[in-house]
Amino acid sequence: MNSDEEIPSDEVDSGNVSSSDDVEFPMEVESNTSREKQNEIEDYPYEVLSTEQIVQHMVDSIKEVNSVIQLPHTTIRILLNHFKWDKEKLMERYYDGDQEQLYTEARVVNPYRKSINAQKKQSRRSTGTEECEICYMILPSSMMTGLECSHRFCTHCWTEYLTTKIMEEGLGQTISCAAHGCDILVDDATVMNLVKDSKVRLKYQQIITNSFVQCNRLLRWCPSPDCNNVIKVHNVEPRPVTCKCLHTFCFLCGENWHDPVKCHLLKKWIKKCDDDSETSNWISANTKECPRCKVTIEKDGGCNHMVCKNQNCKADFCWVCLGSWEPHGSSWYNCNRYDEEEARAARDAQERSRSALQRYLFYCNRYMNHMQSLKFEHKLYASVKGKMEEMQHHNMSWIEVQFLKRAVDILCQCRQTLMYTYVFAFYLKKNNQSVIFEDNQSDLESATETLSEYLERDITSENLADIKQKVQDKYRYCDSRRKVLLEHVHEGYEKDWWVYTE
Amino acid sequence: MAALPRRIIKETQRLMAEPVPGISAVPDESNARYFHVIVTGPEDSPFEGGLFKLELFLPEDYPMSAPKVRFITKIYHPNIDKLGRICLDILKDKWSPALQIRTVLLSIQALLSAPNPDDPLANDVAELWKINEIEAIRNAKEWTRKYAMDN
Repeated sequence: MNSDEEIPSDEVDSGNVSSSDDVEFPMEVESNTSREKQNEIEDYPYEVLSTEQIVQHMVDSIKEVNSVIQLPHTTIRILLNHFKWDKEKLMERYYDGDQEQLYTEARVVNPYRKSINAQKKQSRRSTGTEECEICYMILPSSMMTGLECSHRFCTHCWTEYLTTKIMEEGLGQTISCAAHGCDILVDDATVMNLVKDSKVRLKYQQIITNSFVQCNRLLRWCPSPDCNNVIKVHNVEPRPVTCKCLHTFCFLCGENWHDPVKCHLLKKWIKKCDDDSETSNWISANTKECPRCKVTIEKDGGCNHMVCKNQNCKADFCWVCLGSWEPHGSSWYNCNRYDEEEARAARDAQERSRSALQRYLFYCNRYMNHMQSLKFEHKLYASVKGKMEEMQHHNMSWIEVQFLKRAVDILCQCRQTLMYTYVFAFYLKKNNQSVIFEDNQSDLESATETLSEYLERDITSENLADIKQKVQDKYRYCDSRRKVLLEHVHEGYEKDWWVYTE
Repeated sequence: MAALPRRIIKETQRLMAEPVPGISAVPDESNARYFHVIVTGPEDSPFEGGLFKLELFLPEDYPMSAPKVRFITKIYHPNIDKLGRICLDILKDKWSPALQIRTVLLSIQALLSAPNPDDPLANDVAELWKINEIEAIRNAKEWTRKYAMDN
């Protein structure tokens, strides 16, 4: 019984650095299981690791190798780094190849020859004083130190040398001995012994951790600014992962989660948008002109239903296509489809490149439009928060007004999905399935815009119940249509429906 | 200005006491980190008979970072460009604080004896050096006579 009790408590100590309170333990278990459950649904297990856990991960890898190959930890660390932390590769080379050559390649001194060097050192130490070749000071041997290659300098110069390499050159595991022409690497224990400045030590740790994460395929830094977490997966796939900072991204490419389009097409698209800088500059210009009175309009939020503020104009139009709003409001919504036949006619009349550009601009415009709307997300959340408070003044309980927040969540999800559907559609060749896809896209887009418009409306005590009903119906519809669209595309991937124009 | 580190004082003293054959390096009167250098063109090289002026500066964090060296005299060499900048590994990533002014200048002299057109800095020079070495050497001799002999 005693030993049974001891094992889990040991695990708490090693796994939880910050605290060993008993209270923390059940909480952590709970969060773990809920995370696992969530992942089971998505069928893609992953973990979010802090920088400390990554460091521990490295130590564990070293221990694992050490249990097979009886070498000092510092040597194993350098060898592992040489093999980009591939334990199997290291073992293979260690047992199959020329070990002397392995040490030379990895820039370490054969640890079995160390004893000879140690003797040399001892004999020199007895002479009393040495001159440091860097600062030209004559110092007692106790103040001199060096690596296994026996190049000795004073500890002060070593510290300065290492600090320069770390801070100025950004080197970590690849700092070589300070002697000219010696490429033996400085191990981490030596660095930590000699460098006492906490800023430098921290930077050194960061460099080492970063190189570890970068050479490990199963690890990826969260791309969110100022986030120091790492996502660890079991196999590399284009899947959405959510960091503890709540940022969701694609594990494979690191971009925002971009379902339904695939990583390579998105990459191509982003490159195209960047390359066509003049065009995209023109596209991303934030203003458009009113189709009727030509006044310049900047859109800073809200839905696509525009009402011109010019008192003499008051035109109702769609921000995306600049056409009259009337057809958009009814069931007929044809704004998301690039009419291939019309394009063909245009090609006949005009140059080929011109129509290709127009086609690109069509998709790019719609892509950018959703991206732009997503950027105003925080504004929308703020305005909805205000509305939720207002509704609570109209005799609604807290729980009754939560639907508004849920509506914004779904609105943002829909916009993100729609945004990437235009990238997908840009590269898609027309066939029967692509027509169904465009119908789904059109349906989702018009529903999303309607939802967006509902959220813009002022809430009064008279229309409150009505609006709640409408918003709830609409977001449920949007959510289900979004799923339908994605499932259809996924089915197409499985059944090879999609043909690309690339 | 901060006091001159012992390393620089010692190194200068030793350089004065035992100068390198064929090289003179004298610290500037007003700045002990700035050296006026003259390297004689090595025998059996196209630079033979020339006197090449260089400037050498020891930066603030010397010897942790390499000295900055530049040819002042024009020179036709595949690893030295129009501005006199030198492509030499020990002045860049292969610098070690255990190296000295002396070793740097010796390396530069060696570079004059053995140009390396495969790692060029002055592209046109390196190109000619590779496709027509005889003409390149003739140019180098011509430049030596023109720029490195008159004064």
